[in-house]
Amino acid sequence: MKRWFIALLLVLPTFVFAEDTLNTGDTAWMMISTALVLLMTPAGLALFYAGMTRSKNVLNTYAMVFGAFVVAFIVWIIAGYSIAFGSNSSAALQNVIGNFDNVFLTGTKWTDLTGTYPTYVFVAFQGTFAAITVAIASGSIIERMKYSTWLIFVAIWGLVVYAPVAHMVWGGDGALLFDAGALDFAGGTVVHMNGGLAGLVLAILVGKRAGYPKSAMKPATVLLTALGAALLWFGWYGFNAGSAFGANAIAGLALLTTTVATAAAAITWMLAEWFVYKKPTLLGIATGAVSGLVAITPAAGFVTVGGAFVIGILGTLFAFWGVTVLKKKLGYDDSLDAFGVHFLAGLFGALATGLLAVKDNDLLWDGPLKESGDRMGQFIVQVESVVVIGLFTLIGTVVVYYIATALTGGSRVDEESEAMGLDESVHGEKYINS
Amino acid sequence: MKRVEAVIKPFKLEDVKDALAEIGIDGMTVSEVKGYGRQKGHSELYRGAEYVVDFLPKIKMEMIVAEDMVEQVTATIVEAARTGKIGDGKIFVSDIEKIIRIRTGETDEEAI
Repeated sequence: MKRWFIALLLVLPTFVFAEDTLNTGDTAWMMISTALVLLMTPAGLALFYAGMTRSKNVLNTYAMVFGAFVVAFIVWIIAGYSIAFGSNSSAALQNVIGNFDNVFLTGTKWTDLTGTYPTYVFVAFQGTFAAITVAIASGSIIERMKYSTWLIFVAIWGLVVYAPVAHMVWGGDGALLFDAGALDFAGGTVVHMNGGLAGLVLAILVGKRAGYPKSAMKPATVLLTALGAALLWFGWYGFNAGSAFGANAIAGLALLTTTVATAAAAITWMLAEWFVYKKPTLLGIATGAVSGLVAITPAAGFVTVGGAFVIGILGTLFAFWGVTVLKKKLGYDDSLDAFGVHFLAGLFGALATGLLAVKDNDLLWDGPLKESGDRMGQFIVQVESVVVIGLFTLIGTVVVYYIATALTGGSRVDEESEAMGLDESVHGEKYINS
Repeated sequence: MKRVEAVIKPFKLEDVKDALAEIGIDGMTVSEVKGYGRQKGHSELYRGAEYVVDFLPKIKMEMIVAEDMVEQVTATIVEAARTGKIGDGKIFVSDIEKIIRIRTGETDEEAI
């Protein structure tokens, strides 16, 4: 028999079963992406936040982030995954939540595949997203919250707010915003707007720190914050490029747009500070990088390099305004600017995606732009997703806060503990023992 | 026996130490302190939040000096530590009752 014929016969099955076969390249990439996103929380975000905290509360801030990660991840395995990615048999409910069929991952096997890689890897990957979302909110309420209240809030919020929001955007057919064709590549709305808004709600409900805004509340060490920002950037490649769910060209696109937007954003914040305050700070460069990362998140696999520039620059200017102007005007103590950076840059990115997404049906998931080139229609869908998620998170966070507060007899540490510093009063530890 | 205490700008430490070594003062105790007088604080900026910081870092030097050396020591410190700008610091001279060298048990003038 002709050699080419035999070769063709051998290759044929892969064409038939391509959808269901485990692809080792995709699997390896998704596992690395999971590790990269994990790095973002107990290392990246924790250092980013802790460095900006006053010395007497540095360990507590870190512990809030680390603690949030581990609690949120377990809750994700218990029911979060099932609620977010299950399919509800009732069409009405499927709009908002999945099901409880895979509680504790029952009904799943290690051999199951999600696309071309193991479902278990998908579960873990998505779990790191659930965890970082709630960890983001901790930045708004550092230096004054009871640790027990925080952890219980984390556990309940993951089920009641995060999982449904993830479901609405990414939950497949029948999910409200998924059906509407909302474009959120890696979680600009699901993660950053969500976490940032939860942070603001908590900041208002828990109340301002004693002495805010008059007392000087200086960062313990901007060095750790800058390091944290760099680790966040590193991990974000898993966050954005990993959201292509395969080792493919779309992942490559997301990798590049993420880099471009972030670099442009860091320069933008640096220049803005230089111009407005006459001195560019390291804290500003680090913050600018993070706001760029946030802004490009919903758009990473939908825009081109030009779009990435625009999103990085304008998204950061919006966040800069939010942090330096809006915050002072409205007077809330969003201590580490979770709202100012994550919500505002995420909001900008989500809306900009509608305006800047390329009309390329190989990139677009769904929606008016893909179906009929209707860009205004797509923009309106983006607005819809932002409004729906905003309201859902706002109400859900308030409810979860009050439940957690009731269960722990108050969300705030007493005055003396706050003055002493939570490292000592809550953890019995000290940042530096000389 | 006198104690000479000088609060000076931190970057002047090496200059003062070297100048004192030249006139035979080869021991002192140095601490990092904060303070303010007529030199008002400076401001620090963190993401648009500006803080006025009242306390400025200073160095405090303490040395025990024989009475007949005091004039020379204070003049040396003044010359080495002065910049002419506000915040140069102050020198305080006070009496010492007793000195004991721990290693040998020597007292007073022999322990300087």
